[in-house]
Amino acid sequence: MGLHKTTDSIEKHIVLRAPRLRVWHALTNTEEFSAWFGIKLEGAFVPGATVHGQITRPGHQIVTIEMAIEQMDPESRMSYRWHPYPFESGVDYSTEPTTLVEFQLEEVAEGTQLTVVESGFDRIPLARRAEALRMNDAGWAEELKNIARHVES
Amino acid sequence: MLSHSTGWREVSRAAPVFAALGDETRLALVARLSSEGPLSITRLTAGSAVTRQAITKHLDVLATAGLVSDLRRGRERIWELEPRQMEVARTYLEHVSKRWDEALGRLKKFVED
Repeated sequence: MGLHKTTDSIEKHIVLRAPRLRVWHALTNTEEFSAWFGIKLEGAFVPGATVHGQITRPGHQIVTIEMAIEQMDPESRMSYRWHPYPFESGVDYSTEPTTLVEFQLEEVAEGTQLTVVESGFDRIPLARRAEALRMNDAGWAEELKNIARHVES
Repeated sequence: MLSHSTGWREVSRAAPVFAALGDETRLALVARLSSEGPLSITRLTAGSAVTRQAITKHLDVLATAGLVSDLRRGRERIWELEPRQMEVARTYLEHVSKRWDEALGRLKKFVED
């Protein structure tokens, strides 16, 4: 990915060698989402619903995540709001602004092109962003090892 | 697209001093404060098609994000860039971006297997 032209949003593109319906299920079925995202979600993704989940990071406390589902347009578009990465324990996010995550699916010759846009970072207090970086620094190396283990197993 | 070997410190070091902002007016404001240094609201508005009120709103958005700050000199507000804050903002975004790369890498494996 190139350098970001904005401090407010992130845009990602990835081509997945899988049918659009397969990708749609991976994104919208809570069990499947849980499996690849590395989270334990409860409930179903339905527009207007709030889905709760937990991430257990080794050596860290359990971190609770809340996803407010907004739009679900079958095999095409899904969006939700949450408090963005990196998730931390012991932080009360409830009064802070959320970011909007939008998944967009498009059929291409090789399979499915997925676009992810997360926006609204400029509304997150800068002090919070700085603190998130500071807190995450220590756990970073360990985290990388976990991810490597997961994708290689 | 996926790189698991670099931490945000490396990303931070490699990154330019400040990011361009997505909104054109705010980008222009940041560019001017960057090249000309602290400027009054009058100077920032002069020659612009955008109203003083709109410029003030944009500056307030940038200030809320901690990217610029103002000080009052007499009856004027003088605005200046907070380069260190800009760096935090873009480093944070690079970090979030990396986490998405990793998550999407796991998704790829999940749906292609």
